[in-house]
Amino acid sequence: MFREEHQIFREAFRRFLDREVTPHMERWEAEGIVPRQVWRTMGEAGFLCPWLPEEYGGSGADFLYSVIIAEELAKAGAVSLMAPLHSDIVAPYLYALGTEEQKMRWLPRCASGEMILAVAMTEPNTGSDLAAIRTRAERDGDFWVINGQKTFISNGILADLVIVACRTGAPDSGAKGLSLICVERDAPGFARGRNLKKMGLHAQDTAELIFDECRVPAENLLGRLHGGFYHLMDHLQQERLMAAVMAQAMAEAMLEMTIHYARGRTAFGRPIAAFQHNAFKIVDMATEVKLGRAFLDRLIGDHLEGKDLVTDVSMAKAWIAEMANRVAYQCVQLHGGYGYMEEYPISRFYRDVRVIPIFAGTTEVMKLIVAKRLGLL
Amino acid sequence: MNFEFPEELKILKEEAYKFAVREFTPVSQECDREEKYPREVWKKACEYGFIGAWIPEEYGGAGAGFLANTIITEQFSRVDMGIGLIMASCFGAENIYLYGTEEQKKEYLPRIASGEIIFAGAYTEPNAGTDVAGIRTRAVRDGDHFVLNGQKMFITNGSICDYFVVFCITHADAPRHKRFSLLIVDAHSPGITRNKIQGKMGIRASDTAEISFEDVRVPVENIVGKEGNGFYQLMDFFNTTRTMVAGQGVGLAQGALDKAAQYVQEREVFGQPLAHFQGVQFQLAEMATRIELARQLTYKAAWQVDQGRIDPKLSAMAKYYAGETAVWVADKALQLHGGYGYIDEYDVQRFYRDAKILEIYEGTKEAEKLTIAKIVLKEYQKG
Repeated sequence: MFREEHQIFREAFRRFLDREVTPHMERWEAEGIVPRQVWRTMGEAGFLCPWLPEEYGGSGADFLYSVIIAEELAKAGAVSLMAPLHSDIVAPYLYALGTEEQKMRWLPRCASGEMILAVAMTEPNTGSDLAAIRTRAERDGDFWVINGQKTFISNGILADLVIVACRTGAPDSGAKGLSLICVERDAPGFARGRNLKKMGLHAQDTAELIFDECRVPAENLLGRLHGGFYHLMDHLQQERLMAAVMAQAMAEAMLEMTIHYARGRTAFGRPIAAFQHNAFKIVDMATEVKLGRAFLDRLIGDHLEGKDLVTDVSMAKAWIAEMANRVAYQCVQLHGGYGYMEEYPISRFYRDVRVIPIFAGTTEVMKLIVAKRLGLL
Repeated sequence: MNFEFPEELKILKEEAYKFAVREFTPVSQECDREEKYPREVWKKACEYGFIGAWIPEEYGGAGAGFLANTIITEQFSRVDMGIGLIMASCFGAENIYLYGTEEQKKEYLPRIASGEIIFAGAYTEPNAGTDVAGIRTRAVRDGDHFVLNGQKMFITNGSICDYFVVFCITHADAPRHKRFSLLIVDAHSPGITRNKIQGKMGIRASDTAEISFEDVRVPVENIVGKEGNGFYQLMDFFNTTRTMVAGQGVGLAQGALDKAAQYVQEREVFGQPLAHFQGVQFQLAEMATRIELARQLTYKAAWQVDQGRIDPKLSAMAKYYAGETAVWVADKALQLHGGYGYIDEYDVQRFYRDAKILEIYEGTKEAEKLTIAKIVLKEYQKG
């Protein structure tokens, strides 16, 4: 699947991370946010939205380039720098649903890193259950007037453009009354709440967004009126696949650092890796990691070919995210006391990876989808 | 056979929980975020007689025993395990209770109960944790003193304590398990450097430090128990204090269940409370069952200690199973909270971070399995 040019790209991106990201990660974790300049630097180097056609500022690259970026960020312990959310989850909405005018206005700045993207679905009272969204948008002449609140919005503080899922139909219209509206940074009535403190992903800005009589031009509607729910559903396959890619890459990185540690650390006069209990534990992890990789690679290949993979991707998102957490658990345990200290990267991986079974649809929601597709519910 | 608690333990359990809710909750987030030791709360807990509840009355304690100590720890950990670690301000002094001289008991135990001093047990080293007989810190006799040199790692209360009980080599040439002794060391002695370890994943309200001893002079009368017998004494110590750690696990798990069971009844999804879904109900049932198992095991192990019949197998089982249960239950509780579970504002993420240490400190769960396996194999030995 990966060809030589992909490998060259991967190495270039690794060097970029070694130079521009890894040395600063600890400071960004403490500050709770990544500086805007890093996004510019990434954009200038061609690491944002590489898949966008050249006329919109991208390089027309295939999906594998996006996979490489997500994997390498995860391996570097830099999931908090949520470029894949921007490049591969939010920008595709603009590209697929935007009018030519919208695309020309926004996409080149997305590729250059001047404009950072977020998507706002979750509300204080609705996460998994999208059809229960309450944030309202009412038409007033040439404007939409938005009222409501969103929470847990990744890139929420930095975002210059947020795609907001709003209720445009009647209050009880369920899935049939939602629309996507683009809200730009300086829209009147748009405010950001706190940068939420989280258990992990400390350098990732996750925020509450507040819309109080927020006015945006009517032409900021993205896609069909009342078509929002279906637009969101259409894009969840890639979002969940990317979540699985991150989890898989984190599991591989954790396994590698733990094997290294277990071979170096001695107890009772031998490396701890040489105790059968530990050796078997590592073998079990390596096997699960390999299974995840085989499944994931097949899905990436099928996704590249444009196949409908909702059932399989839901399974993969659930299983790989949980598997990565099992691996994290065993790896911390094998590190002993050192694993509990922030000085060792495994500690941060353990905290960071815990969110993957929650975001982009919880494990339970993945199971609901699969159960429905198997005709069970 | 009687499974009923005596009245005084029921009251103690209630009082400890109320104390924790009242005194821990207001400082909980601050202590966690800023890695701050809750000194005022510790002082107050001493006034109430919670700290060192196992210390006999003739040495100024409540004389309530190790089961009571476990119950207090459980209730404290149900609210905040990091702050609940004020219970460990006597940690290490159990050695004195088990093996110390009458003078040592009179000298140190009353001051622990009254909140004048804090103890720390200094055993682990950078290169020896589970394999505690692999330590290198040495104490060499020089007249009526020992001269202590070496380095200790991950020492709870290390930077705030007044005394250490140090596990060190005094008989370098003896067989492997007969080389060690336990020494009471004044933490303010010249030659001691302490560095607080910043940045733990959890129990951030608890103090952890790296200690180095450089030509520290310790009077010979500070030896605890018999010279050369330190390894065996330390095993007894762990078999005693593991009941407290098991209590932490039970309490933390219970606290996580408290939160989850409440949350799933309030939170609605697809038009009904989460609690109406069978997938959620069965998880709660499994959580509650495991907690009860861990609790019974823990109480029994602590009760054995109070009967003067320490059961190493039971203590190890309780600590291993309660620790694992805490981690497992905290994970389920967090998942049931969805996105909110990952946010600092909700306590459940702190429970998740705090829980993990229970499988690592006081002997990793692997160390406990070694103990259990050794005893089980012995029980089935032929002949």
